[in-house]
Amino acid sequence: MTEDLRKRIADTIARGHVMLFMKGNPAMPQCGFSAAVVSILKQAGVAFESYNILADPELREGLKEYSSWPTFPQLYVDSKLVGGADIVRDLHEKGQLAQILGPNA
Amino acid sequence: MTIDDIRSRIRTALPDAEVSVTDTTGGGDHFDATVVSSAFVGKGPVERHRMVYAALNDAIIGPSAPIHALALTTATPEEYQRK
Repeated sequence: MTEDLRKRIADTIARGHVMLFMKGNPAMPQCGFSAAVVSILKQAGVAFESYNILADPELREGLKEYSSWPTFPQLYVDSKLVGGADIVRDLHEKGQLAQILGPNA
Repeated sequence: MTIDDIRSRIRTALPDAEVSVTDTTGGGDHFDATVVSSAFVGKGPVERHRMVYAALNDAIIGPSAPIHALALTTATPEEYQRK
């Protein structure tokens, strides 16, 4: 991966306190797993930024390598990977998600 | 990609793993896997998923990768017994 791409990825991850890389956008997710995470974040009542990786193939492929995570969605809080749909759902069911998303999320 | 392929690749990476895989659509590209292994002890969810993804990496990454979706549940043997 080029340094430019690595930096672009890091900058994009840092765009929001809660940052979701997904297929499609929150209003129109293009994948069931992305839709599930959007729905959970909305239920949790947190503000989040999102990025449609379908519109950016270079970032999409680079982010998989950057994060050692081959699938989407990917949810980040303060630039740290929280997980994909399975983990977000699991944290939500265990009541741990709100704490991870932070009081001012 | 068959259920047996996925199971055997995960067990190569995590030899003690109990792996159960279902093909959720019957199409050979959407799977649901539960992996129980002592290798997960002391590791958080992100690290656990990465360990499983690493075993399947080339089957998940790339435009012609055979696996389109993989729902993953991980547990240590102790966590699994408590369920």
